[in-house]
Formats: sequence, structure tokens, C-alpha cells
Amino acid sequence: MPKRSATIVGLSEWTPKRVWDEPMFSLEAHARLAAEVLEDAGIDKAEVDGFVVSGVYESPMFGPSAAAEYLGIHTNFAELVDLGGATACGMIWRAAAAIEVGACETCLVLCPSVTPPFPTGAAPRKMDFPIYLGGDAWGSPQGQFEIPEGLVAATPSFAMVAQRYMARYGLREETLAKIAVEARDNAQRNPQAIFHDKPITIDDVMNSRMVCDPLKLLEIVMPCFGGAAVLLTTPERAKRTPHRPVYVSGFGEHCTHKSITYAPDLLDNPIRVAADRAFAMAGAERSAVDMASMYDCFTITVLVTIENAGFCGKGEGEKFVSEHSLRWDGDWPLNTHGGQLGMGQAGTAGGMSHATEAVRQLMGRAGERQLAKADLAYVNGTGGMMAEQVALIFEGA
Amino acid sequence: MGLQHTESGRPLPLPNPTTQPYFDGAKERKLRMQRCPRDGFFFYPRSRCPVCLGDDWSWEDTSGRGSVHSFTVDRIGHVPALRELAPFAIAIVELEEGPRITARLVDVDADSVEVGLAVEASYEDVGDMTVVHFRPASSATSAPATSPAFA
Repeated sequence: MPKRSATIVGLSEWTPKRVWDEPMFSLEAHARLAAEVLEDAGIDKAEVDGFVVSGVYESPMFGPSAAAEYLGIHTNFAELVDLGGATACGMIWRAAAAIEVGACETCLVLCPSVTPPFPTGAAPRKMDFPIYLGGDAWGSPQGQFEIPEGLVAATPSFAMVAQRYMARYGLREETLAKIAVEARDNAQRNPQAIFHDKPITIDDVMNSRMVCDPLKLLEIVMPCFGGAAVLLTTPERAKRTPHRPVYVSGFGEHCTHKSITYAPDLLDNPIRVAADRAFAMAGAERSAVDMASMYDCFTITVLVTIENAGFCGKGEGEKFVSEHSLRWDGDWPLNTHGGQLGMGQAGTAGGMSHATEAVRQLMGRAGERQLAKADLAYVNGTGGMMAEQVALIFEGA
Repeated sequence: MGLQHTESGRPLPLPNPTTQPYFDGAKERKLRMQRCPRDGFFFYPRSRCPVCLGDDWSWEDTSGRGSVHSFTVDRIGHVPALRELAPFAIAIVELEEGPRITARLVDVDADSVEVGLAVEASYEDVGDMTVVHFRPASSATSAPATSPAFA
């Protein structure tokens, strides 16, 4: 029996799309996700007293209360999480912790990433990818010392992690390519994946366009729109829900920097501390994990995360990836939904996809990619430039 | 917004009172950073030392020399106004004095850059601003200005 006492009892996940063809406001998307996740869990809206959001576009300030008001929910716990790609995992443990300490009993965790309708009369325009990632604010160090030099977006930063790794330990580019290929393999079993029906080979990855050495186009996630949500409640209330409850039995979070320039060590990432804390809290061994669901904005992110989360030693990532099959039917199932490399990166819902997939597997709802044994899952999120990382341990009830 | 832009849209730093001495140093061809009496040099410029939070630091000139801690070659130019310069190398440089700073590498074939390459600061005047890049270290102490490609 898990020591902790908060459970995930429902989920909703929208199929990622490159172009969002049903424009809706962020508030409307929050409402739709809430309705869907409550229906999935068979829980009445009146029971909800906790609320975690990752940003409400129509309310840059007071986001949680704006969304709670729109949904007509009176909260005992209202939270906004801002951890980049680690946001979804950070939201989940905060919701679990709030339930454990009794701050609330039933908590919505909502991650929409959609396109709003255009103002009446205004010409439609494409949404720009914010390559400066907020680093152009007045007084920002990035605006003064990095953006003018071309260090923007995320690919150059993760490419520098990969170059450092290659110089320190040696690494064949084909090993990184294998991570992308196996993510795609898994995506073939996920009808919601943006790359469903589009398998790739090692050669395809190796021959794809070099973007930032050594990262090639097929090693980089596709930005999409979408949305995902989970619902957490107490184990007592979970007994009344239709699915196998999933305990959040351990969590850890660690952050050491924002820009990759100031990372204490490019190859000793915050997830090492976060994963150690999560496993210790859960009282679980890494060898007992049935599946891993690791943030995969780039292939290199997966390789260094496997090492730093303690599934192999430092410098042994290449050997680990080479010797194991990371497919859903392999000996070390990783990102069975296809990861974000295979499914698409729908804003904070992309980070949430790692959690929803683990929940799906532990609930036994993963369809044609269902694992034979799925009782213990390791999930993590990576925010910014390997900067803020969150580890979660999920256990089936 | 914390940037200014050239007419061609190239982003340039917008200094503030805390960071202005760094850019004044660059104009004088010095890589000037803050030094804490207990914890040594730190970068980027801050109101307090990021190790001890002391505010008794002083501005001092570094050697401007260091080595490539890591790098990448941006083949597409993620900043639209820098697209025509691609491919170009971006490096995290570890200075002899300890701090790390990220900048473009100039006067170098991007495909020849390696981790560990010895580099030195290189200064480029753009309008009223001076920005800092790095280039392969040379024995010459008064090398010419940066590549025209970055003007």
C-alpha cells in the first residue's frame, strides 16, 4: 500500500494538431477539459475544491481565480504553476500535496494549449512561436547577454548539452536517432499521435536536416496545439470512481538555473536530485519500475535523463539506450504514447502527456499499446534548459 | 521590452544601471565583470553576489580569455535577423577567471570548433552599443576588429 494518500482518478487528452481548427478561448478550453475529466472520473463538479492551472491567456494576472470563476468553482486551493516543460508534473504533485495536507479534497489539473478566436474585424494571423521565451523583458539577463548573440528558443541550448556529452563521454549520433525512432514506433500504436502512420528509420533521422549540431530535425519535437487534464482526489473518494486509482506515491522537484549558460554542470542535471527524492519518498526501487515516461523535447534530453534519474551510471546512457528496446513491447518501455517526439508538443499539455500515458497504462486503458504489467511508473518533466525538473512515482492501487 | 533593435531587426542589448559598466568596459575593449571579495568573479551583472548575496563587489577587468565549454552550430539562424549569418557557432565560454558566458564565435570556420578550443573576447561596435563575441585565441594582443559578416 503506498504511503501517500492522493490519487489520480481521471484524465482527458486532446489529439494534438499543428493548426488548431476550432478556436476557443483559454477559459473555454479550461471549462471543456474540466467537464471531460470529471465525466471520465465520474465525479460531480460540486466536489471540486482545488484548482491548478498553467496560465490563463485572458487573465495574465489572477489566472487561477479567473478560471475558477468561469467554471463556477469555489476553491480551497487555487494554484498557478510556471515551470515550463515541468509544469504539468509540478502541477500534479502540488495537487497531491494539497490533498494530503487537507487543503482540498478534489483537485482539477488543467493544461489547455489552444488558439483563441480572432477579434471581430481583425485579420487572422498565425500564432508565432515565442523564440525569446520571455527573455526580452526589461532587465532580463537573457535580453542583454544571450538573445543578441543568437541563444534563443531551446534547440541551441540542448544541442550544447549534447556536444558537451559527446566531448566528455563520446556518443554516436545513431544512438540519439534510435531514441527518435523508437518514440515513433510507439506512436504507431497511438491514434492520437501527430506522427501516427508515419514511422521513421535511423537513416531518416540521420539524413534529416541538421538544425543545431548534433541535433537534427527528426530529433526535435513538433510544436502543436492541444490540451490535457487529470483529476486528483482522496483514496476514499477514489473508491467511487470507475477506474483503477493511481497513487502519486512519490515526487521530487529541483531547479538550479534558467539559462543553460549558468547550469552548474551541463551533464549533472536537476533531475538527479528530483528523482532521488521521488524514489525515496515512494520507498520504491528503480528496478521495480514497469514503465518510464520521460520528457523528450529532444533526443538528448532522454539520454541524459535516463542517466541522471539513476537508471544507469553517468556516461552509460549510450550503452543503456543501445542495449534496451524502448518500445512499448520492449524490455524497457519508455514513452509508450510515442513521447512528445511522436505525439507532438502541445504546450504544457505536451509535458502532461507523459503523466496521462502513465495513468492510462496503470489504469489498463492504453489500448493496443497496453503493457502486460503496469503497476509502477516513473514520470518526469523538464522545464527550460534542463533547468527545472520534476520526478513523479505513480503506483496503481 | 528589454531589447533594442537595429534597423535590420537585429536584437541588441538594452543596458540598465546595474549592467551598464559591463557595456562601458566592452566599449573600451575590456571584458569587465564583478568580483566578490569572498567568492571571486561572477557573471552576469547583479546587484549582489550570487554565492553570498554580499554587495561589496567591485568591477574588475578579466583576461577576456577562456575555452569553449560547449558549443553548437546554428544551421538555420533561430533569430530571424541573424538568419543570413547562418551557419554560425554559439559557445558557452568558460573564462580563466571562472564565470561562463555564452556568445557567438567569430573569425572561425564553424565546422572547426571543438570543446576546449582556446578563445578570447572580440568586440563589435554596433551604433552606440558594443557587443562581445569570442574568437580563437591568438598570440597577438591587438588583433583587428571582428569579421565584417557581423557588422
